[in-house]
Amino acid sequence: MDLHLIVFGVYPYIALATFLLGSWIRFDHEQYTWKSDSSQLLSKKGMRFASNVFHIGMLGIFFGHLIGLLTPHSVFQALGISDMAHQYMAMYAGGVFGLMVIIGGTLLWLRRLTNPRVRAASRWMDINILGWLVGTAIVGFSTIFWSMGHAAKGDPTVMLRLAEWAQSIVTLQPNPELLRGVDWIYKLHIFLGLSVFLFFPFTRLVHIWSAPIGYLFRAYQIVRARRTA
Amino acid sequence: MKVRAQFAFVFNLDKCIGCHTCSVTCKNVWTNRKGVEYVWFNNVESKPGIGYPKQWENQEIWRGGWEVKNGKLQLKSGSKLERLLNIFANPDMPEIDDYYEPFTFDYAHLLKAPLSEAAPTARPVSQITGEKMEKIHWGPNWEDDLAGEFESRARDANMAGLQKEIYKQFENTFHLYLPRICNHCINPACVAACPSGSIYKREEDGIVLVDQDKCRGWRMCISACPYKKVFYNWESGKAEKCIGCYPRVESGMPTVCSESCVGRIRYNGIMLYDADKIAQLAATPNVQDLYQAQLDIFLDPNDPEVIEAARREGINDDWLEAARRSPIWKMAVEWKIAFPIHPEFRTLPMVWYVPPLSPVQSAIDQGRLPTEADGCIPKAEALRLPVKYLANLLTAGAEAPVVAAINRLIAMRSFMRSVHVEGTPNTQVLTAAGIDEATAREMYRYLAIANYEDRFVVPTGHQEVTLEDFYGHQGQNGFTFGNDSSPGISPNSLWPERRKETVEERDPVPSAD
Repeated sequence: MDLHLIVFGVYPYIALATFLLGSWIRFDHEQYTWKSDSSQLLSKKGMRFASNVFHIGMLGIFFGHLIGLLTPHSVFQALGISDMAHQYMAMYAGGVFGLMVIIGGTLLWLRRLTNPRVRAASRWMDINILGWLVGTAIVGFSTIFWSMGHAAKGDPTVMLRLAEWAQSIVTLQPNPELLRGVDWIYKLHIFLGLSVFLFFPFTRLVHIWSAPIGYLFRAYQIVRARRTA
Repeated sequence: MKVRAQFAFVFNLDKCIGCHTCSVTCKNVWTNRKGVEYVWFNNVESKPGIGYPKQWENQEIWRGGWEVKNGKLQLKSGSKLERLLNIFANPDMPEIDDYYEPFTFDYAHLLKAPLSEAAPTARPVSQITGEKMEKIHWGPNWEDDLAGEFESRARDANMAGLQKEIYKQFENTFHLYLPRICNHCINPACVAACPSGSIYKREEDGIVLVDQDKCRGWRMCISACPYKKVFYNWESGKAEKCIGCYPRVESGMPTVCSESCVGRIRYNGIMLYDADKIAQLAATPNVQDLYQAQLDIFLDPNDPEVIEAARREGINDDWLEAARRSPIWKMAVEWKIAFPIHPEFRTLPMVWYVPPLSPVQSAIDQGRLPTEADGCIPKAEALRLPVKYLANLLTAGAEAPVVAAINRLIAMRSFMRSVHVEGTPNTQVLTAAGIDEATAREMYRYLAIANYEDRFVVPTGHQEVTLEDFYGHQGQNGFTFGNDSSPGISPNSLWPERRKETVEERDPVPSAD
């Protein structure tokens, strides 16, 4: 078994299992630590732009990857979306949202490092994970230049192989061979991205699980009764 | 009619001397932890002033509280969707400097400093960064006793409609202390704004609490509370607020701020209200009618129908008895001398205030002020404090109810003066103010004497009703299986076997009857 098989055949399962079990265990045992950990109270300056750009970028990136990679090829075909069209959508959407993550994330990261109050309240992992996300986004954004090369030749095979590999992982039929021969930049991005899942339960990222969509559908007031009978 | 009981307060501003004993006791009990150094669940402001945090009353800045939009009650910060769209960066969120940067002093330096010609000083140290601070720019009570320039303090939202320039003159200066805690509102804006649903109102006593496990730090409550009494713990990332000293209240004790008040200005008691009327009354179109609307939501604890309905809701008889003896009921409803603070925020706050009288004794002595017939007690309109200011604070600007209350307070004083000084009770003043002798004497007992048992009528929380098996909890207080703040029940737990309810299952004991 070579490093390639370990990184693209075994590591994804380590990362995803840690992501799911780790989140569950933390929610179960340490719910008090389950929070967004906002530092807005300590410094508000520039947050409106940086935080919004970063978060919207992240949401776009997450759902873009989810839909773009995990939707079966047959569905795209049935919808009449050609592989090249798919690739261009991925490049444009990924480019825009990726740039948002890079810009917003870098601003937030610099704020975290340079604002004395925010820095003092930052834990090691807060600084780490934000830097990791920005780094992953920069590498991800760079893949566009390689993709442009492929697109210029009218060749969507790399993109198709990436999607097929992602689907092979989530359907529990791992096929790391699909990634052999793919440009290193994609592999690096995949490794960095998978690591985010590995780190996830040990960071503030857990607040993503708690996106308060339910708020839209609940009554304004909440009254708790202690009476059990 | 859906009867609910509410643990409520009255603060008698006429007797507040601004000693901050309430603030300090509260601080030492509840907010002496990391992340809440800047937090004062209880604070006392010097008014007029912009307060803590700066300008908290100005909802043009914070968009706190409720408004009526197209006849419907809605948070001033917009719809639920608008709040979710602002979740990544709350535009209405106050910053730490709006409160103050918490500080301590480098006391150790006084002991460690080497021998020097000049005495060593203890420099201020930021409690956030741990760095030395060049200068302290603001504090929890920066405007104490009208400190600072008038222009700065006059930004006070209650100065609206007043001739500010007049009150700038030394001779016309006025001042009152305003002690503030969470109002444990009947229609709380913080609860309504919480995206994760972690803030709730307790059914049994109406105390508003933050579920610390469930709070995710979305910080919408911080800006939504128009009184700025929900705080963000920057260390834990959770919202924290005044807990109404519920562990004390459940045991039948007053809150620690109330008990420690040396001026005896605080009253704790039970009020009954109709929960079915909240939405309708909080949406009363004219803000100046909100004081009356809140009076209308209260239920008379002597009314047999109310008693019957309360029993159906499971409210204990000793709570109904406490509601009948409630000092809050007497002052707010029977005597109408107490008012909710800023009713225009539409939260139906449950800390009410008796307005201060603030007489100008020297001017009276020189006969320069119009007085009542006794020649000693000035007329309501001749007090130092402009009635308009009090009205802005307590009745959304409606002066008549405030003047009526002040007149009753003055009449009571005048009457008691006639009793104690002249030796001949003069009930004429009472008739003019619309109260009888018995009421005046009772008001005197509650306001001037303010006995402990009159100020605090707090029934115990009935653990024997709320717990299925209260004997099973004996000796377990503070010791739980699992996290201390967790109920210990989680159906989706990875270890359901280990984490079961605190109480072992057993056959319930048959009841005595």
